[in-house]
Amino acid sequence: MTTELHSTDAVFGEAAATALLRFATAGSVDDGKSTLVGRLLHDSKSVLADQLEAVERVSLGRGQEAPDLALLTDGLRAEREQGITIDVAYRYFATPRRRFILADTPGHVQYTRNMVTGASTAELAVVLVDARNGVVEQTRRHAAVTALLRVPHVVLAVNKMDLVGYQEHVFAAIAEEFTAYAASLGVTDIVAVPISALAGDNVVEPSAHMDWYGGPTLLEYLETVPVGSDPSVEPARFPVQYVIRPQSEEHHDYRGYAGQLASGVLRTGDTVTVLPSGHTTTVAGIDVLGTETDIAWAPQSITVRLAEDIDISRGDLIAAGRVAEPTKDVVATVSHLHERPLKVGDKLLLKHTTRTVRALVKEISYRIDIDTLEQRPATDGLNVNDIGRVVLRTSEPLALDSYTENRRTGSFLLIDPADGTTLTAGMAGESFTTTPAQAAAADEEDWV
Amino acid sequence: MTTATHTPAAANEYALSHLDALEAESVHIFREVAGEFERPVILFSGGKDSIVMLHLALKAFAPAAIPFSLLHVDTGHNFPEVLAYRDRAVAQHNLRLHVALVQDYIDDGRLRERPDGLRNPLQTVPLLDGIETGRFDAVFGGGRRDEEKARAKERVFSLRDEFGAWDPRRQRPELWNLYNGKHAVGEHVRVFPLSNWTELDVWQYIEREKIELPEIYFAHEREVFSRNGMWLTAGEWGGPKENEPVETRLVRYRTVGDMSCTGAVDSDAVAITDVITEIAASRLTERGATRADDKMSEAAMEDRKREGYF
Repeated sequence: MTTELHSTDAVFGEAAATALLRFATAGSVDDGKSTLVGRLLHDSKSVLADQLEAVERVSLGRGQEAPDLALLTDGLRAEREQGITIDVAYRYFATPRRRFILADTPGHVQYTRNMVTGASTAELAVVLVDARNGVVEQTRRHAAVTALLRVPHVVLAVNKMDLVGYQEHVFAAIAEEFTAYAASLGVTDIVAVPISALAGDNVVEPSAHMDWYGGPTLLEYLETVPVGSDPSVEPARFPVQYVIRPQSEEHHDYRGYAGQLASGVLRTGDTVTVLPSGHTTTVAGIDVLGTETDIAWAPQSITVRLAEDIDISRGDLIAAGRVAEPTKDVVATVSHLHERPLKVGDKLLLKHTTRTVRALVKEISYRIDIDTLEQRPATDGLNVNDIGRVVLRTSEPLALDSYTENRRTGSFLLIDPADGTTLTAGMAGESFTTTPAQAAAADEEDWV
Repeated sequence: MTTATHTPAAANEYALSHLDALEAESVHIFREVAGEFERPVILFSGGKDSIVMLHLALKAFAPAAIPFSLLHVDTGHNFPEVLAYRDRAVAQHNLRLHVALVQDYIDDGRLRERPDGLRNPLQTVPLLDGIETGRFDAVFGGGRRDEEKARAKERVFSLRDEFGAWDPRRQRPELWNLYNGKHAVGEHVRVFPLSNWTELDVWQYIEREKIELPEIYFAHEREVFSRNGMWLTAGEWGGPKENEPVETRLVRYRTVGDMSCTGAVDSDAVAITDVITEIAASRLTERGATRADDKMSEAAMEDRKREGYF
């Protein structure tokens, strides 16, 4: 029994040890995403009576026959008035095995920006496809954004199976086409599930209509997919957020560097390099929120004490393992988020980990057509929802990793210094692991 | 050199429990604010969410003191047990407390008592004045996205204009764990470190960390009367009316706010484990069960937030 929220096990013991999975949904307007989210919340018993009553009351007041589950998720006046979802919202539900944070990203005009936002914190993305239409332009777009943001796990949910007679061959063809496309973008972990969000097939309960499907239901997969990367194989990265100096009698000489481990494992005695200065020293002690320990790992928030009293402040990076040379020249793929365009010559602020520096847009190399992944000229700069390639020059060197290797130390924001608006999300280094364009070129060479 | 005695034997032992992950994220948020802002303040009501916030802030800066002061908007109809708790916490941790009194505003005519006697909606003006007077540029609130659907849309760092107003259409997208705290003079940022927590998470954390709470969160006998389907505490704030008979019931509170609009629930939960069992089995959200002001209209919370409410 995987769906019972209120068992005593969930309350005592096990619940406290359950892991957290952050995931995002992607689907266009008519794919049934609201129904799927409503079904997940409803069938996992995360919608409570007063919320459901409120939805029923409003639906009845509008003359609708059945409660409109989209009202559960459309929270703002403008959204209810226009019947659209204008922004990413976060939903919470739990089963005895796991706690979930769902980034519910709307499929309307602003979808690229919204999906990038939702995918940035997601460990898994559910890409929804209408079984009647198969893989369409939107699907490729969702796969591309998922690959670009390096979301580790992808679920292809082939929805509306009830409308294609629950036929295996329809599902198999879509799954095969999607898997091949996503793999060409470097996405390796893909699971396809045939569902009907409306009828409830394979969402929470196994379907009685699809005997041929032997895999997990969507919720079962969400409950069991391995969460988190293995910190022991990653180099340690520790951006310094804040220097703790109590200056009290008891802790007169205490000088701790507070932060959240972005990746890897840190142990007392480890040799570390402080960037951008390049100074090398050892870890003298680690405190996890007031308790001394000798090992910590990502994403714990900790305080690190170092053997030598060197000059370190907010924005510095304490690193172990392979360390790239800090650079003022940043080449990155960016997703432009704001109506104000990004242009060559713009002088902006760049926020990378805990460090904010000035940055100049030196070059906008090209815009990526997210449907075909072709490179297009970007002579007008980048507009809202554009994804493109840029070259930046910063006022101070940054300890950047490639985004493909580290989502935390490879990501940054561009901010308008005039009013603080967040303009652009950036990912340093190569964009896709492999691109279809490169793959095609290689094939041609082989052919010749 | 210390030997690593706690080395996990297998990769999956590096996984954090959901409470540890939420705690690490909230601490990260507190430290970002300490690093980026000049004058942050924690809104502290003595309710469980603000108590958990305070606990997290204490851990975030240990062994040093919290580099923030506290601000309480006192409606004048607060539960005495909660005010006593507030003052104890302030003294114990050597904190600085600013109090903005709604009663002062009513007494000198800047605010008028509402016909229905609700004082929660009257908090906005003293809150914004308190923020302006204290020149606070970051204001921590204990709001959670699971509480209400307008809150589900709110950012962790939520920019407010010079009138303290929230504009859902002007929200900044928030990506990764990169929070943008830039703001113009006169503007401020509301910060919600418990954004990703649910009511159950908060209680499980209180249990795990053995955090003390005001007694009204646990079952006790109390003189109450029924109004709009809720059990309200009888008292000098203006209840009950003549046709509202008072009775003694075994109750507890799920939320703590102004007496005029915070209802008690029937309960025999005297310990934290009982409370957790009760919440897990409840078919009502905490606000649906106990807050009168959220029921006033479909968009009550959104409208108040637009005016500057937290």
